Amino acid sequence: MTAARFTPGMTVRVRRAFQPGHVRTPYYARGKRGVVERLCGIFANPEELAYGRSGEPKLPLYRVRFAQQELWPDYRGTAHDTVDIELYEHWLEPI
Amino acid sequence: MTNEPGRGVHDMGGLPAGPVKPNEHDYAMWERQVDALMVLLINKSRRVITVDELRRGIEGLGAGAYDRLSYYERWIASITQILIEKGVITNDELGRRMEAVKARFEGTT
Repeated sequence: MTAARFTPGMTVRVRRAFQPGHVRTPYYARGKRGVVERLCGIFANPEELAYGRSGEPKLPLYRVRFAQQELWPDYRGTAHDTVDIELYEHWLEPI
Repeated sequence: MTNEPGRGVHDMGGLPAGPVKPNEHDYAMWERQVDALMVLLINKSRRVITVDELRRGIEGLGAGAYDRLSYYERWIASITQILIEKGVITNDELGRRMEAVKARFEGTT
């Protein structure tokens, strides 16, 4: 079992990585800054399961909240508008 | 269509698109069969394939096929590829069975 590295309220940045193959982090979120909203649980790594492997070690999955203005440079709504994205720990970096 | 390195053809969040048409539609018999097949394949007692593999297969169809195929056509294309990769079926076996089914469908047998 992997211990969760981040706790709710921590600011994190999504890694700017662009490898080919099966990834579970949307393109638009890469390099963006958000705040951990909750730990969803510890799950087998789907990026490994996708290739018929075990998905071990399991990884913490977080729900991370992003300001719409952070995600979309031309966003016209308020600064309070947010998007929650569920992201596996290996995609997140501390700030 | 974009040509950004590292953005999969399926990873279209935030790209310009037309309005979503939320119309209900019925499923054809073959679509129901594809869905049932997938349920059986991912069942914990068998675990022949995972939904993650299904997704990887769909994402790997390539831009042309991904855009051209319907939802369940993408599923069956991916399921087929994965079952061949895993040795559950062989390509030759599949080809022969497709011929047989086609012949039966056309009433020539």
